[in-house]
Amino acid sequence: MTELFAAHGLRKAYPGVVANDDVSFSIDEGEIHALLGENGAGKSTLVKMIYGLVKPDEGHMTFRGEPFAPPEPRAARSAGVAMVFQHFSLFDALSVAENVALGMENPPKSAQLSARITEVSNEYGLPLDPHRTVGDLSAGERQRVEIIRCLLQDPRLLIMDEPTSVLTPQEVEILFATLEKLRTEGTSILYISHKLEEIRALCDRATILRLGKVVGHAVPREKSAAELAEMMVGSALHRPERELAPSGEIALEVTNLSVKSANPFGTSLKNVSLMVRKGEVLGIGGVAGNGQDELLAALSGEALAAPEAVQLHGNPIGKLAPPARRKLGLLSAPEERLGHAAAPEMSLTENALLSARIRKGLTKKDFINWKATQSYAEKVIEAFDVRTPGPHVAARSLSGGNLQKFVMGREIEQAPEVLVVNQPTWGVDASAAAQIRQALLDLAAGGAAIVVISQDLDELMEISTSFAALNGGRLTAPVPVEGLTMERIGLMMGGAHDMEVAHEHHAEAPA
Amino acid sequence: MDLSSINWLLLLASLMVAATPILLAGIGELVVEKAGVLNLGVEGMMITGAIAGFAMAVESGSPALGFVGAAAAGALLSMLFAVLTQFALANQVASGLALTLFGLGLSSLMGQSYVGLKPPSTPKLDIPLLSDIPVLGPVLFNHDLMVYVAIAIVAGTWAFLKYTRAGLTLRAVGENHEAAHALGYKVIAIRCAAIAFGGACAGLGGAYLSLVRVPQWTEGMTSGAGWIALALVVFASWRPWRVMIGAYLFGGITVLQLNLQAAGLKVPVEYLSMSPYIITIIVLVIMSSGRSRGALGAPASLGRTFHATG
Repeated sequence: MTELFAAHGLRKAYPGVVANDDVSFSIDEGEIHALLGENGAGKSTLVKMIYGLVKPDEGHMTFRGEPFAPPEPRAARSAGVAMVFQHFSLFDALSVAENVALGMENPPKSAQLSARITEVSNEYGLPLDPHRTVGDLSAGERQRVEIIRCLLQDPRLLIMDEPTSVLTPQEVEILFATLEKLRTEGTSILYISHKLEEIRALCDRATILRLGKVVGHAVPREKSAAELAEMMVGSALHRPERELAPSGEIALEVTNLSVKSANPFGTSLKNVSLMVRKGEVLGIGGVAGNGQDELLAALSGEALAAPEAVQLHGNPIGKLAPPARRKLGLLSAPEERLGHAAAPEMSLTENALLSARIRKGLTKKDFINWKATQSYAEKVIEAFDVRTPGPHVAARSLSGGNLQKFVMGREIEQAPEVLVVNQPTWGVDASAAAQIRQALLDLAAGGAAIVVISQDLDELMEISTSFAALNGGRLTAPVPVEGLTMERIGLMMGGAHDMEVAHEHHAEAPA
Repeated sequence: MDLSSINWLLLLASLMVAATPILLAGIGELVVEKAGVLNLGVEGMMITGAIAGFAMAVESGSPALGFVGAAAAGALLSMLFAVLTQFALANQVASGLALTLFGLGLSSLMGQSYVGLKPPSTPKLDIPLLSDIPVLGPVLFNHDLMVYVAIAIVAGTWAFLKYTRAGLTLRAVGENHEAAHALGYKVIAIRCAAIAFGGACAGLGGAYLSLVRVPQWTEGMTSGAGWIALALVVFASWRPWRVMIGAYLFGGITVLQLNLQAAGLKVPVEYLSMSPYIITIIVLVIMSSGRSRGALGAPASLGRTFHATG
């Protein structure tokens, strides 16, 4: 096969960090090439250079045999490079067609464009209504918008940055079918991920990055997931150990909880019921935007509900605000680290105070005991191995993984009786994620009840004792994780709320 | 009180004149906010436009040149805001407030030698046939050119935002500047252009006050019109035609309360003077209520500082 794209000795340094150093690799025509690496390995910087968003300091690239140095994304697009972003580059308030038009060089008239969108989306099995507002779409549908936007420009090279992190297993299958179809049509794909099984199933070759450097090339089908992981991380990963034995006592019970979303594009909770016993980890899966943020808000106390709808150890707490719930032992950590879980411009000490004030007695008659607060922050930093010069630095200046460790540690060190977390390891590298998961398991082993809301199914399977899925603001009945198949999880995430009825229906159909 | 002393035809006719300054300033600010920038300096740019236009018209003897000068002055002043917020990444709220204070001071300095002068009068368009229609003619078709220019700017802005690619890009920048940047659009350049347009419109609005509506120069003569224009944009849910409805409502109540004062209505003058502000806000609040729909009009990146990273 002929070579489509090649990078030779690319280097990009930012003040204090070398994001890419001497990176060389090539992509053939009609190849699905994987770019594998942990968060912070330099994958994003590398693809931004290919897409013209960032200029390399050194090195050069070739595309279809010619020198390639796009000064801006427009140039890259007209050369035939298209990109699907990890955090979608979509505009919520605009329609699908408008979003597509914004990503094209010379969009046709709106009526023609709508027709093209319908045609191409059906051809690739990704049906999409061009007139809908993007803010109302599910994560899977939003990704379709991005993909269709790329496909309408007949790209030679399609870059996909972690495309499956927000999809249900069924949606992943549809996506893979689309990518296979593109490959047979001769389009090359640069596929960025840290999900090893996906890469083994889909990709022809892989380039592995670690700390900005290429540490190896591999044919993923010939390697085991463990071998790939070792190349990626540099050492063998230890998996969290779990020996959980939920006792009979109910710690948190939610009955018929309905809460209206505070966000106009959000999903309101409808009749959510759940129950967590001491020592139990309830994993809540589901595609982003199906009520995760709203559920966390309702449990933490940011959104209030009927008093009886949320009960802690049998006491109604639905009308209590977060501080009152903290006092009773219900702690929470939201998904968004900067701006929700932590105040970006404030120091770690101040951030520690914000959530630990009550349980740790850090104030006396409304005056702050800074000494105790600082030593609490130091304790969290020490216990969770947060890499920082000290507790005086602003939360903003920590890397995502380090701040996440701090935010999680801050709650866990308060010895909660019930802990609710949303996306505890989002954007955190593999070893830090393992550490956070272990801490959650240890906490549960100590008798706490834990609710983990996450879009990472592997994570949920690893640490939960039971599993439920959110879909359109409704929660399925929790089922034990043991013996749960991917197919059943997919059905739960897709909204099959009453599995048994559905099965019966199938059984009767042939008769 | 003698209501019959009010000439209702004249009142309706002067409504459009009274509304034009805030209509101009409001439509300019709408474009700025659609691009995701909150410029609270409208009042300062208006008053600077008022004196610059006045001075230009007096010196040159041409009202048209006066309006051109006012637009240029407003745009120039807005560039100060653009430099502060788009390049120095200063806080938009603080910079906008500073711009208002600066504009008020600058205008009174510039205007010292112009107090008490009379500007050259701006001719009324006497549109043949149309202005002869009874009732409608004098109300709608017997004004100076700027009244129609203001309406044309509203129509143009509406069409630009709705139908053109450049308008779509501008809305995209205001909606999600990071995504727009990732797609390769020049967020800062687009925002600077929008800020300049907003400044020019505010300048025109100010000059309309000093050259047509009043017409003379007094210190602080905008007396809060810039703030009303700002409020108008929000309560109009960032829609051009609604800004026009709000502006005409405000203008209408302004002239009505002046007439009521003249007719000797037994209500303290202070209440009548504040009535345009209160009624306009109440009506627009009601129009934009229904939280979710109103909220959808707000550009999601409004007021957020954009800093391009990697």
